[in-house]
Amino acid sequence: MTLLDFARGPGMNFALAVFVLGVLWRLVGIALLNYWRPKSEPRQGWLRAMMGGALATGTRSWPHREFIGRTGYGELLGYSYHIGLFIVILFFAPHVAFFKGLFGVSWPAMPSTWIHLIAVLTLTLFIAVLVRRVTNRVLRRLSNFDDYFSWFATALVIVTGLMTTGHIGASYETLQAWHLLSVELLLVWFPFGKLMHAFFIFPSRAINGYLLSRKGAAS
Amino acid sequence: MTDQHTHRTIGEALDASGVSRRSFLKFCMVTASMLALPPSVGRVMAQQLRKAKRPSVIYLSFQECTGCLESFTRSFSPTAENLLFNVISLDYDDTLMAAAGSHAEAAREKAMKDNWGEYLVIIDGSVPMADGGVYNTAAGKTAHQTLMEVVEGAAAVVCVGTCASFGGIPYAHPNPTGAVPISELVTDKPVVNVPGCPPIPEVITSTLVHYVSLGKVPDLDEHGRPLAFFGNTIHDRCYRRPFFDQGKFAKSFDDEGARNGWCLYELGCKGPTTYNACATVKWNDGTSFPIESGHGCLGCSEPGFWDKGSFYKPLAAGTYTSAEKIAAAAGAGVLLGAGAAVASRMKRKSRLHETDREERS
Repeated sequence: MTLLDFARGPGMNFALAVFVLGVLWRLVGIALLNYWRPKSEPRQGWLRAMMGGALATGTRSWPHREFIGRTGYGELLGYSYHIGLFIVILFFAPHVAFFKGLFGVSWPAMPSTWIHLIAVLTLTLFIAVLVRRVTNRVLRRLSNFDDYFSWFATALVIVTGLMTTGHIGASYETLQAWHLLSVELLLVWFPFGKLMHAFFIFPSRAINGYLLSRKGAAS
Repeated sequence: MTDQHTHRTIGEALDASGVSRRSFLKFCMVTASMLALPPSVGRVMAQQLRKAKRPSVIYLSFQECTGCLESFTRSFSPTAENLLFNVISLDYDDTLMAAAGSHAEAAREKAMKDNWGEYLVIIDGSVPMADGGVYNTAAGKTAHQTLMEVVEGAAAVVCVGTCASFGGIPYAHPNPTGAVPISELVTDKPVVNVPGCPPIPEVITSTLVHYVSLGKVPDLDEHGRPLAFFGNTIHDRCYRRPFFDQGKFAKSFDDEGARNGWCLYELGCKGPTTYNACATVKWNDGTSFPIESGHGCLGCSEPGFWDKGSFYKPLAAGTYTSAEKIAAAAGAGVLLGAGAAVASRMKRKSRLHETDREERS
């Protein structure tokens, strides 16, 4: 079995199984804590409270005008590289083929040249994010192994992906194997580190907004 | 072939058959360029070939379909007949030779005795090892016995086709005959693998001419394949490559993309991971190759190509065994999550009771 055979077969199977197990473990574990059940007399009906939750999801995902001078750069970086990542992951033709193999559905892909440009831009933003984390005194003190390893695992996928499409450094099958193995590392790490924010970020904002709204507080 | 033929030099044989010096030089130059050798080597090749004795060649066929031999006979440059009549002395090949039965075996034994330590062995097909090797026998001997007997006195071995090189289709899971490639059995002689299902005819003949003219096997890659032909992937040299770079892919064999000659990656083409010369040497005197005919590469010159998943599944897609494992992982995740939540709630409840008790007391 070659490295690519391993990465495409047993490696990917194992990584997907760990990913599914870990994500469901954490999601179900938190969902069954039942912490969104109001513990005081509700001051608003559930429908209005849900609208409050939706509103909070939007307002808390947007820079606050008062703090934009201090937080704007970080938020711009954050949003930009996330958008870049989504485009590259979802609209690169070989990735669409991967998802078709996994889920049986496909969608139109973007021209590869565009994807390459966006991937390079995304990697540049990724480096800027790391520089900011290391140079900002507060951020540096807040950061731990989880932050740096999550950054590394995600950046590694972009780097190996760019090497594969550019045929840089090794033969195509070796590069593709590295790329798939880096994806598998990301999938295995995902549920147990801060990357889980992908699943938690919007539901947690929505539930907080819902609870506050149910209590009659403006969020 | 007779003694007289074997003992003549190639130059004498060419003169006898009326081949002009110009034609001979052209043949050497074409062969040198096929092997990616500099023109100066073409001249050396010409000098050496004229002086060289036509080497005795024994062609053994084991677990195979004869497609490799069919391919070999369709070589255009050098042509198979030129090779057989002027460059080598094919002393045994149970498909091409006129003799049969004990006469054929006697010819092989005589060729071995007369050229002990100098003859070349060409093999197509894998060797079955299960159940004492009974799945492939000839003249009362198993393929394994014949192979070891013939190879003992050989100067070098050329494995023609993926079955001889890597086991091929007989080697594919579940491999009921216990087939093995030649390189697993022959470890004390130079072994050149010329894989393909079948291999490109010119790659077979050029590899043989290289050995005969320069007296050594060509430079090989990690799978024992001549680098001159197996140094690049088909994808690297494919005329559809610009479409891959542009992200233009055919989605089915009869869509607009396919008609426009777009890349066949999404239709399962294995060109990016297959090392062979199909895209440059091509087939039928350079007419075309499978991708040019509208079908993706199957990756037939790579080890284990038959067991690498569907020919029509893109390389980017995984080769998943089953959805059951993922479903089991999902079930385990839900159970673990539920267990963690229950444990956490019980802990919280007992903490609240404890606080209540402390407050009352």
